[in-house]
Amino acid sequence: MTVAETEKKPLPAPSKVQQKVQQSLARRQRQEKLFRGVGISAVACSLLLVALLFINIFSKGLPAFWQATITLDIYFDPAIVKIPEQPVQGAEESDNDFRERDLAWRSAVGMVNYNRLIQAGLEKVIPDALQHRRDLARIVTSGERFALRDLVIADPTLVGQTKTLHLLTDANIDVWLKGNIDRSLPDAQQQLSAKVREWVDQLAAEGVIQNRFSFALFMNPDSRSSLASAGLAGAFMGSLYMMLVVILLAVPMGVAAAIYLEEFAPKNKLTDLVEVNINNLAAVPSIVFGLLGAAVFIGWFNLPMSAPVVGGLVLSLMTLPTVIIATRSTLKAIPPSIRQAALGLGASKMQAIFHHVLPLAIPGILTGAIIGVAQALGETAPLLLIGMKSFVASVPAGPFEQSTALPVQIYLWQGNELRNFFEARTSAAIIVLLALMLSLNALAIWLRKKYEKRW
Amino acid sequence: MSNDKLQTATVTSADINDIKLQESLAATAAQPVKITARDVKVFYGDNQAIHGIDLDVYQNEVVAFIGPSGCGKSTFLRCLNRMNDTIDICRVTGEIKLDDRNIYDPTLDVVQLRAQVGMVFQKPNPFPKSIYENIAYGPKLHGLAEKKSDLDDIVESSLRRAGLWNEVKDRLNQPGTGLSGGQQQRLCIARTIAVSPEVILMDEPCSALDPIATSIIEELIDELKQNFTIVIVTHNMQQAARVSDRTAFFHLGNLIEIGATNELFTNPKQKRTEDYITGRYG
Repeated sequence: MTVAETEKKPLPAPSKVQQKVQQSLARRQRQEKLFRGVGISAVACSLLLVALLFINIFSKGLPAFWQATITLDIYFDPAIVKIPEQPVQGAEESDNDFRERDLAWRSAVGMVNYNRLIQAGLEKVIPDALQHRRDLARIVTSGERFALRDLVIADPTLVGQTKTLHLLTDANIDVWLKGNIDRSLPDAQQQLSAKVREWVDQLAAEGVIQNRFSFALFMNPDSRSSLASAGLAGAFMGSLYMMLVVILLAVPMGVAAAIYLEEFAPKNKLTDLVEVNINNLAAVPSIVFGLLGAAVFIGWFNLPMSAPVVGGLVLSLMTLPTVIIATRSTLKAIPPSIRQAALGLGASKMQAIFHHVLPLAIPGILTGAIIGVAQALGETAPLLLIGMKSFVASVPAGPFEQSTALPVQIYLWQGNELRNFFEARTSAAIIVLLALMLSLNALAIWLRKKYEKRW
Repeated sequence: MSNDKLQTATVTSADINDIKLQESLAATAAQPVKITARDVKVFYGDNQAIHGIDLDVYQNEVVAFIGPSGCGKSTFLRCLNRMNDTIDICRVTGEIKLDDRNIYDPTLDVVQLRAQVGMVFQKPNPFPKSIYENIAYGPKLHGLAEKKSDLDDIVESSLRRAGLWNEVKDRLNQPGTGLSGGQQQRLCIARTIAVSPEVILMDEPCSALDPIATSIIEELIDELKQNFTIVIVTHNMQQAARVSDRTAFFHLGNLIEIGATNELFTNPKQKRTEDYITGRYG
């Protein structure tokens, strides 16, 4: 503004500057090389670890998607399957009465000894079956009798017919055939009797027992009596309901809170306090949220235990700070010139935000929300405390029914006593969970690309 | 102080101490006063940015604000459509009247004021939408067009008046952000005039543009003068000399001198103005 008042001090001579620069060049280049080396090795290390993890999981888990399955001709012998005629609703009959008769019929169908049908089928492929009835009962996993029952319920005309069915073998047979147990172990340490092992090897050689894609893994809920038919359906649906609760609660609440705090809230001590606490909340260990869920949602509000709705509420609490922080930082990054342009035209504050700022912020908000949801999907600790680690052998029909979740199912399976079988099944469950998360992340990237605009 | 009283005062008293007031009134006394500012002070927190400014802007004139960086010219400009409201710590005292209505009146909705006093910013800031949407946004916001065809007419005439129609008429659906810098700034001007404001504030509208784009905008300002009152802040003194009817020189939050542009540049009354326009500081 005014004439420079600083005294003129002599500057170093140009030749000297050149000399100094020359001297320091080698050191600078060395430092740069060193830093590059460190960076590359850091990247290489992390890639190596990720590769190790994936190789481990996939090598263990992929075989579990195929399971030893026996193909049998099952004759639905009318002498064994003695069932009354399926009820038909009469013209005068009320819905309730019909439902009662139908239920009675179903339970009658359920009383049939389907194991005898399976054994009759096995007798056709195993010549010396009749001498070893006890061993015979161990070939097909016990859950398959319910599959037969369901077939009859779905189509009662099956009685009297013969049908070729693929039935899951016992989990130990799967282990034996896949070589997951040492074949040289003495009889006392084998899970299968010598006779069954002999049969199974024979049947596998004949192609009666084959490795087939295991739909059971996706269609069935967990099972402890029939390990071979234990599946992820219950946990998957449980996780799905929880994600629904999280998406419906945490995302709109988080986004609305972030917009208010960032754009409308006055800057004072109170909002500073709120901001600090939101950041703190993001750092609270997730198990603490589980305790809170158990105390508040189950203890006070009397919501059912082990229900996805409670899990979803707890995970929503956990996801909220993530969504709020992500949304706020996205809003902060929108150039103020856009806001000014809208305000200058006479838009109200809300119009400026909803017409111009939010559309630009959507990719960032979506990314934050999906990352938060993916994080919630993988969360285990808080669910343990609200009863979601209990064994649930049914697929939940709604968010208020008992259920477990995918990560908890992984935790449960990896603790199962039949290690030889469940090690692979655990890895398979991990693959399913990872696939789900990767698709969520892919969705996030796709949405970001779709809504991204340049300004 | 009312308009009449001020004018009478100019005629009767030959020897007025308040030079600023005299000069501001002498130049375009023929036109009615559009904006009256009296004793305007602006504070950013505890920091006072403007120390009591009195200034009148007449209808259909171009007033340029010049002065070194940090002199408060942009701050004062932003008081005129209350854009300073968006800064939490900013506080404005004094009185600013637009057509005899105090714009800081609590009963006046700022939305109404900004529809009356439009603004063009330093950096071209089109919305990341199509050219059409950029222009149509304001009229839609205020419900100025009943039918689509009305809106089309507004968009066309705004673009024509901003001298942009021929360049963009074939690509109205392409993003406004794809235009060149000068075109973007004219788009912003078109967007501003689409809501038919009475006053247009321009905050260094050419500082991000090359000389050719600048000269196009300057010609445009000359044409817009027919219909609008324009207040322009500029760093470029030649620009002020070219486009404005009157020029105000700001320094350290004070209005040092205001007068007819050729008068101020050829025969400044104040030493500080002279030092500035001759390049001693700035």
